[in-house]
Amino acid sequence: MIILWTDALIYLLLISVVSIGVLLRNHDGLKRPLKKIAANKSAMVSMIILLLFVAVGLLDSIHFRAEGQRSSGVISVLDYCTQPLWHHTEKTYSAPFSAYLYSKEYITQEGGHQIWAFPRLKFGGSHLTHPELEKTADVLSLLMTGLSKGLILCLGGLGLRGVFRGKKSEQVKHRYRPGFVFITISILILGVAGLIELSMYYHIFGTDKVGEDVFYQTIKSIRTGLVIGSLTTFIMLPLAVIFGILAGFYRGWVDDIIQYIYTTLNAIPSVLLIAASILMVQVYMANHPESFTNLESRSDLRLLFLCLILGVTSWTGLCRMLRAETLKLREMGYVQAAKALGVKPFGILFQHILPNVMHIILIAVVLDFSALVLAEAVLSYINIGVDPSTYSWGNMINGARLEMAREPVVWWPLIAAFVFMFVLVLTANLFADAVRDAFDPRRSQYGQ
Amino acid sequence: MIQYIFRRLMYTFPLLLGVNILTFFLFFVVNTPDDMARMQLGQKHVTEQAVSKWKVEHGYDLPLFLNTERGSFNKITETVFYQKSIKLFAFQFGVSDSGRDIGADIKQRMWPSLAIALPSLLLGLLVNIFAALMMVLFRHSYLEFWGVVACVVIMSISALFYIIGGQFLFSKLLKLVPISGFGSGIDALKFLILPIVISVVSGLGSGGRWYRALFIEEVEKDYVITARAKGLSETQTLFRHVLGNAMIPILTGVVVVLPLLFMGSLIMESFFSIPGLGSYTIDAINRQDFAIVRSMVFLGSVLYVIGLLLTDICYTLVDPRVKLL
Repeated sequence: MIILWTDALIYLLLISVVSIGVLLRNHDGLKRPLKKIAANKSAMVSMIILLLFVAVGLLDSIHFRAEGQRSSGVISVLDYCTQPLWHHTEKTYSAPFSAYLYSKEYITQEGGHQIWAFPRLKFGGSHLTHPELEKTADVLSLLMTGLSKGLILCLGGLGLRGVFRGKKSEQVKHRYRPGFVFITISILILGVAGLIELSMYYHIFGTDKVGEDVFYQTIKSIRTGLVIGSLTTFIMLPLAVIFGILAGFYRGWVDDIIQYIYTTLNAIPSVLLIAASILMVQVYMANHPESFTNLESRSDLRLLFLCLILGVTSWTGLCRMLRAETLKLREMGYVQAAKALGVKPFGILFQHILPNVMHIILIAVVLDFSALVLAEAVLSYINIGVDPSTYSWGNMINGARLEMAREPVVWWPLIAAFVFMFVLVLTANLFADAVRDAFDPRRSQYGQ
Repeated sequence: MIQYIFRRLMYTFPLLLGVNILTFFLFFVVNTPDDMARMQLGQKHVTEQAVSKWKVEHGYDLPLFLNTERGSFNKITETVFYQKSIKLFAFQFGVSDSGRDIGADIKQRMWPSLAIALPSLLLGLLVNIFAALMMVLFRHSYLEFWGVVACVVIMSISALFYIIGGQFLFSKLLKLVPISGFGSGIDALKFLILPIVISVVSGLGSGGRWYRALFIEEVEKDYVITARAKGLSETQTLFRHVLGNAMIPILTGVVVVLPLLFMGSLIMESFFSIPGLGSYTIDAINRQDFAIVRSMVFLGSVLYVIGLLLTDICYTLVDPRVKLL
């Protein structure tokens, strides 16, 4: 078992989110907005897909040492589950579902003479003798196998759900009718099962320049996207909340100093600040090679630094909003009353101000998430993002963009990265919209 | 008015000083000039002589804050902080690590940046406002619903996809415009069309949503009800009254970014090889040319602060309710 820095922080974040959830589970003020989110179908679909992403990311965040696997010997639980994917490396590019390599080679035939042709892949579709004739039927039958396995799982789930429901509702008919959430989960399970079955025998998204499976790369990139989106807010939140509330509550010189700090940070174009900081981190890492012994911890620390820097550059917006809201709140009757009753300033901050700005914080966190995932790709493209050895959608796009000029076009790594990124960002956006509509008091009447 | 502007001007000075000290700290204190020299010269087998020679060549051989070897005033001027950081205030950017004059490069490269950024901004603004107004005009209808859906989808797609996809479709397959490059005069137009269109489309999602929210907030105000009550049609109310009143936040939002247009867009310019300041910065980042990155950080902050100043002035001109303190 090896605990990388980001692994530890991710699980710390998970634990704190879960414990906050448990603490607030019976909170009255949360019931209405949560009901509103639960009633929003697009939000629920998005949430389920997001949870799938999170599950993959969490599996990918438990690392252990496995000798003989990989050069570094460190693999994650996700790697362990997807062993066939990364064992099946080809020589170079191959198209999705192809049984042949992308480029022609001299192949020595049995008679001893050589021909100039596309060689067969070592793993993709290697169980077929005549790929041209058998492939379509084989793909369909594999898909069917996968889907039926998924279907069995779903039906089992439905049955179990019915048994547990039995205590509540009397009618058998009601018990076994699948609900909306259940249908979404089932479709997801069917899709995943189909993909798993197919990916055992084919490279469903093709292979990249060094013959690595693109499907594996896209799955591994999920963790990077989630880490950037979540850890950055984890770092940004304390800064924004503490500074914002203090500035609004105490005003005077505290306010002046905090305003000065965030205006100064805001004045520097954020991309340039990130670039400058990452350059400095690179110089530091280059001059202190002894602290970064293996590849994993090196790229992991760079990812952590990126989150740190993104966090430092992005807290100003939320801080400004919180300051403005606190300025408004401190003049409210209940705060004045608390003051008159002799409640200490810190008591007022925690008891009266903080709970009343919570909706702003929550909305900002969910809205920032998708923007950060998109930003990672752009930053990696300009080489100031994650380490080039880290799997990330930005790195995939960066590595594949020159291949658009090839003939025939190598489009699959790009499309795979874009599609996965699109799904994650779209679901995050839809979910964020629902959270905003539910928690923002000003939006209660219009909109949905 | 003059007094007000003067006071705002005075306020910008500590801001820029803060930026200056922050960048200085980032570039010279976190890593010493020795570290930078080793990085530039290659990691292994760098002799002490080579490091000190590189430092002398690039002017990093002076002490950071205080030169005790010099007399009186030179104690402060003959330092890295004065030479590399304070001189930025006079827009003396010095030479880059590869030996070119940064000031001259910036003067030459800011115009191509502006040529792509200004039309993108104006056209984007026009399209966004029009789309938002249409959504508000047909609110509570399928047009609005699908408009909002389209906005969310557009903003969920990575900007890189629009660029790579646009280049592939329009330049490689349809061969309508050249893939990348830049020309002078009217010739530049054919290079500029695609990047401008792409940046308008990729900004439509978040822009359209933002302006729609803005207009919807306006539509619910009292003066709109008055306008309807006196018999104006919905179109007239929207275009004359709502648009007019929403112009204040729109204008101030635009004015603050106007000076920053000179900095150009990093990824656009790099993808379309437009010789502007954006691609200049990217090249500097990739070559790890610290002098250029430092200058660009400072220049960017100066332009932002100018933008803030313009916004303040704009407020007082556009909105008669804002009184000068």
